[in-house]
Amino acid sequence: MVATAEQTAEQAAPAAGRSLWADARRRFFRNRAALLGFVILVFVTAFALFGGALAQWSGEELDYAVMGQVAELGGPSLATGHYFGTDDLGRDLYARTVQGTQISLAVGVIGALIACVVGTLYGATAGYFGGRTDSVMMRLVDIFMAVPYMFILILLLVMYGRSITILFIGVGLISWMEMARIVRGQTLSLKGREFVEAARATGVSAPVIIARHIVPNLLGVIAVYATLLVPLMILTESFISFLGLGVQEPMTSLGALISEGAGTIAYGTTWQLGFPLLFFCLTLFGFFFVGDGLRDALDPKDR
Amino acid sequence: MALLDIDDLSVTFYTDDGPVHAVSDLDLSIDKGETLGIVGESGSGKSQTAFAIMGLLAGNGRTRGAVRFDGQDILGAAPKVINRLRARRIAMIFQDPMTSLNPYMRISDQMAEVLTLHEGLSKRDAVARSVEMLDAVRIPSARERISLYPHEFSGGMRQRVMIAMALLCKPDLLIADEPTTALDVTVQAQIMDLLGDLQRDLGMATILITHDLGVVAGFCDRVVVMYGGRVMEQGPVDPLFARPAHPYTRGLLGAVPRVDDADARMVAIPGNPPDMAAPPEGCPFRPRCGFAGDDCRTMPPLVAFGENRARACQRAVERVTA
Amino acid sequence: MIAYTLKRIAIAIPTLLVLIVISFLLMHAAPGGPFTSERELPPQVLANLNAKYGLDDPLWKQIGTYVWNIVTGFDFGPSFVYKDRTVNEIIGAGFPITLTYGLLSFVVAVTVGVSLGVAAAVRHNSALDYAAVGLSIGAQVLPNFVMAPILVLVFTLWLGWLPGGGWQGPETWIMPVIALSTSFMASIARITRSSMLEVLGSNHIRAARAKGLPEHRVILRHALKPAMLPVISYLGPAFVGMITGSVVIDIYFSTGGIGKAFVDSALNRDYAVMMGVTILMGALTITFNLVVDILYGWIDPKIRY
Repeated sequence: MVATAEQTAEQAAPAAGRSLWADARRRFFRNRAALLGFVILVFVTAFALFGGALAQWSGEELDYAVMGQVAELGGPSLATGHYFGTDDLGRDLYARTVQGTQISLAVGVIGALIACVVGTLYGATAGYFGGRTDSVMMRLVDIFMAVPYMFILILLLVMYGRSITILFIGVGLISWMEMARIVRGQTLSLKGREFVEAARATGVSAPVIIARHIVPNLLGVIAVYATLLVPLMILTESFISFLGLGVQEPMTSLGALISEGAGTIAYGTTWQLGFPLLFFCLTLFGFFFVGDGLRDALDPKDR
Repeated sequence: MALLDIDDLSVTFYTDDGPVHAVSDLDLSIDKGETLGIVGESGSGKSQTAFAIMGLLAGNGRTRGAVRFDGQDILGAAPKVINRLRARRIAMIFQDPMTSLNPYMRISDQMAEVLTLHEGLSKRDAVARSVEMLDAVRIPSARERISLYPHEFSGGMRQRVMIAMALLCKPDLLIADEPTTALDVTVQAQIMDLLGDLQRDLGMATILITHDLGVVAGFCDRVVVMYGGRVMEQGPVDPLFARPAHPYTRGLLGAVPRVDDADARMVAIPGNPPDMAAPPEGCPFRPRCGFAGDDCRTMPPLVAFGENRARACQRAVERVTA
Repeated sequence: MIAYTLKRIAIAIPTLLVLIVISFLLMHAAPGGPFTSERELPPQVLANLNAKYGLDDPLWKQIGTYVWNIVTGFDFGPSFVYKDRTVNEIIGAGFPITLTYGLLSFVVAVTVGVSLGVAAAVRHNSALDYAAVGLSIGAQVLPNFVMAPILVLVFTLWLGWLPGGGWQGPETWIMPVIALSTSFMASIARITRSSMLEVLGSNHIRAARAKGLPEHRVILRHALKPAMLPVISYLGPAFVGMITGSVVIDIYFSTGGIGKAFVDSALNRDYAVMMGVTILMGALTITFNLVVDILYGWIDPKIRY
């Protein structure tokens, strides 16, 4: 009886399940870069959520005292209450950086979520049905991947008005392909396992098998790639906002702030570039380190 | 003078989890034209000994001792010195023919580069010689197949290619590291027959590294038994196999199924090979040895006895052979 | 090999057609026509304009004409905003510039990235290796739109070594090329290093060393090819990333490339130009992916089916 060993392994799986996650957690926290990334992310998130409470100005009021003399009077200072200085119009850069970080984090997380949901469903469907369906669906992904999506996204933004909703959805919708490929590969290998065969033999329908048996087993992989997708989403959003095609005034994002700061460096207001850039780089570092750490801790190859 | 003389060789790998002593205080020598078998379980240090001779240890490996080839110490010699010996005077055949050929190069290029490098042949002549060598290892229609890629050959054919490549410069010493382990049983026999024929024709000294005692018995003049990075026993094949004088050798022979004696019980050695990151104190075989006592906590030296035999054991020869 | 190449080409052509049709449909479905502007046009004028641009034809005919003109004459039609300019003229003015610094950046990213990665792998755990790893981690968060202002700040405003923009000879090329290539160079270095390390530890490299080949021959002749395979897979995405990044370069450095035309047309709702640029970039990407596929097949003998 050949299947014996595999069956034993399968029965042991629930017990091993918990220790697997515990093991992954131990490996994650032993990884110094991942730990550093985690601390950075906690800091950036706290800054985005609660940093506003410390601001002495709102991001929208103009400080008439510095207007017209931003280069001389608008620098970072505790006395004026502009911790990060002011922008070119005399608005408080601290409050605006808090808002920018909020928007960038939100676009990153929501975009990654959309990409994950679409990619997972698409990939799991293709992998589960296999055969002709699979090859047609994956060929489509190949075609989509050859499209310079940034141009399409800008095209969409221009045509349907530059709303933040379109930006959120658009950023997510252009990045699900890689996710779909990964999920498909994993599904193909899960499909042959006993518990899926058993479910199918007892007449459970395909959508239920995908939702109840396939997807839960992919959560580790999905978590890793979601974490690595977030910084890419933030990069995409910042890129578009840098071009002035993303979020619109008075709302702002880190990319828009970097763009403003980059436009005024010639006037000696380096802080307008520096602070948004700092938070932009910190956020990206945090996500990349945590994502890499998660991948090392949960790597499906190691299992 | 021996062709190859290994004196007090130690190989240590420095890993993240501390040093691993793969080979300890190894003494070994082989004469011109002689066939020597090195036998041991996996992890006994036999392959690492071969890599140390060839200077092919992994980056974190360090050596101590001396390896003299033709009187010249080649252990840790400059790459230039070593490279003039490799393939030209000492050649090697590897365990896994599936991965030991470069999958991205044609066989013709992989073989010809040996000859253009060491004998200064033109590409054309080198390919012609390579075809002759492929004929010699009995690869059918070698002239056509030499321009194929490795993945277009079967496992046994690939090992023939490896052998042909190793013998291109007619080396003085051939080191065959488990040449048949990765192959089917029927193919194994063909490859060993081929190696035996070529060894006789070319008269080269050969070190055959294996865990298969049957292969050693059919191929070698002399055998060295290794365990836990040390030599346990060595001597001419027939007397050693007839009357093993070390508890480990006895255990190893007991574990070999014998075709000629259907009644002989197959006895496996209890326990597992030692963890070389934390080897047992003294004799490495002590934890699995039926003869072990407290005196085994110090490693006994390799002591000569009988006719050209030697062993490293605290127990009297008579007690072990009885 | 020839069959493989033909098969790849057979896949590339429909991909391009799909791209054209999708962008055309997107444009067609956009709320408000191209002539919806602040000034209300008299119905007769609007009808005339629609007739002039062929917008009153049935949809399939519009698509057919558009595709036909592109395929037969590289003709993207007239601009919707600048009445006296065709899309071809607008693209033609900027494309050579974009192509010049784009290719330069690509060559720099690949050569520097691969050399750095190989050197780091060969001198594994040396100071050079650690420097390369640190550099490639740092450069991950330095995309073109971050590099561009930092470069200008340092080399133009502080040091005064380089002009802050424009397109007048090689010294104006330096910053665009660095800004565009840095993050890709870092990624290529990282990929090269890890795949080279893996290859150098493989059995066939040990076997090559056993043949007495000098180390540089082992690396160049035996290890480089297999180590390049993951790098080659990355070249497609890198190329797309660079094409996209060129938009930032054109805006920030006023290089006058095609990206400026794209953003201007986006702000003016000049759909004809936007579509022209998108399709051109898509065609470039598809062509490039085709080259990459063929290169891959040429290196890996197992792929030639």
